[in-house]
Amino acid sequence: MSDPSSVTSLRTGPRTKKRWVRIMAPILAVVLFVGLWQAACSTRIVPSYLLPSPLDVCDALVADAGLIASHAATTLAEAAIGLISGIALGALIACLMERFTLVDAALTPLVTISQTIPTVAIAPLLVLWFGYDMLPKILLVALTTFFPITISLASGFKSVDPDEIDLLRTMGATRFQIFRYAKLPAALPSFFAGLRISATYAVVGAVVAEWLGGFSGLGVYMTRVRKSYAYDAMFASIIVIAIVSLALLGIVKILERITMPWLKYKENE
Amino acid sequence: MSGSRTIFEAQDICASWEGAPVIEHISFTLDEGQIICLIGRSGSGKTTLFHALAGLSSPEAGKVLLDGVDITSSPGHVSYMLQKDLLLDHRTIIGNVCLPLLIQGVPKKEAESKALSLFATFGLEGSEDAYPRQLSGGMRQRAALMRTYLSGAPVMLMDEPFSALDALTREDMRAWFLRVADKLALSSIIVTHDINEAMALADTILVLGPACKESPLPSTIRSSLTIDVPRSERTDFLMSAEAATLRGKLFKLLEDTPSRTHTL
Repeated sequence: MSDPSSVTSLRTGPRTKKRWVRIMAPILAVVLFVGLWQAACSTRIVPSYLLPSPLDVCDALVADAGLIASHAATTLAEAAIGLISGIALGALIACLMERFTLVDAALTPLVTISQTIPTVAIAPLLVLWFGYDMLPKILLVALTTFFPITISLASGFKSVDPDEIDLLRTMGATRFQIFRYAKLPAALPSFFAGLRISATYAVVGAVVAEWLGGFSGLGVYMTRVRKSYAYDAMFASIIVIAIVSLALLGIVKILERITMPWLKYKENE
Repeated sequence: MSGSRTIFEAQDICASWEGAPVIEHISFTLDEGQIICLIGRSGSGKTTLFHALAGLSSPEAGKVLLDGVDITSSPGHVSYMLQKDLLLDHRTIIGNVCLPLLIQGVPKKEAESKALSLFATFGLEGSEDAYPRQLSGGMRQRAALMRTYLSGAPVMLMDEPFSALDALTREDMRAWFLRVADKLALSSIIVTHDINEAMALADTILVLGPACKESPLPSTIRSSLTIDVPRSERTDFLMSAEAATLRGKLFKLLEDTPSRTHTL
């Protein structure tokens, strides 16, 4: 861009003070929460066999770090593979629904009903059918994550400006070209909104499946420490689950920024 | 300005919108390099007519001819610039203006080099890799025009191309458009509801109005006026007494139409 004046600048006005508040407020809230929790435990208002203190949890996390990491790796792998399968399945269904109105009419209720089946009810069946390895976990994650993808993509395809389609038609565009140049990009923001939901479901889905049977994974680890009343270790694994979920969300956010670079500019109107 | 060869012709076009006739018996010819402005009140069926001319909808009767070939109901032969610039948010300016070429199957590299040579003409040099959101209204409109031009179609249909711009930008854009139209020998049909815009741009003005006194629709072409003023002298012409007379005449032609009781 040789002439910078011809291009309106990036969203200006960082308003540094406001940004500081936005960053500091949640940090302070967490610190306050953890502080109160620690105080409640240290002063024995809450007995330690009911609730481990944050420091106990940290100790457990450090002591079991190697073990937890290996379990977390299994869970992350299941969540990631399941999520990718869920995205593929969700995208396939959404594309078929977009292309064929009959498929749209036929599948919409079915897809919705599939979501009313409780995960905990399906998980034991999947374990029964597919054993104690990773496969049933991956399937459960795929089953819980495809739905937000299907719904968000399907509504995203419909959100395209009909005038854009008219314009492409005057250019002689084929159905596929209209899909590629107008509908697909129009669906991206909505797709990512769905993906953010799916990404948070993915880790939880994997853990729930592990609870019901398996050899490795944070869910397996949690059942073991719960049975031995090691609640500090259980809290430690909860923290790890949260971190893994946040990491997945972070990856989704990064992908979002790479895929939709135009969104960093605000609209002119 | 206008060449002698007819490039585009509407023959007795009749079209409806949701069952009700909107336009009827519309016939006119466009010569190579000529600019025709169609003026009419809002709701007079301008957009319906354009959809039929562009092949986006099928007229009930009549034919659209391009270079003598029947292109009725077949989109992709003439380019159509809609009221909104409709630049795709997710593509850079070069990506947007290349779109008609990519759709025609031109390789990306070739399309881009073809487009790059035109950025200066359209006053967009430096904005190649910007996103539409980063451009001002005038620049977006020029980019939309460039995209329309790059489709390579010999005739451009423009639906109120400058109406979304503020008054000053609009004046600039008109003058700029006339220069580009001359340079690139554009043959275009422009729909507008602005008498001044029509007088600033048109070689021929077609006035769209009710076909009969009883009802506002269907409309037809009520009169056709030729303006024999060179494009370079249009700005001065608009302030002349002659122009004032013409403006009054056009105003009367539009006023003449019975007031609307319902809109399209």
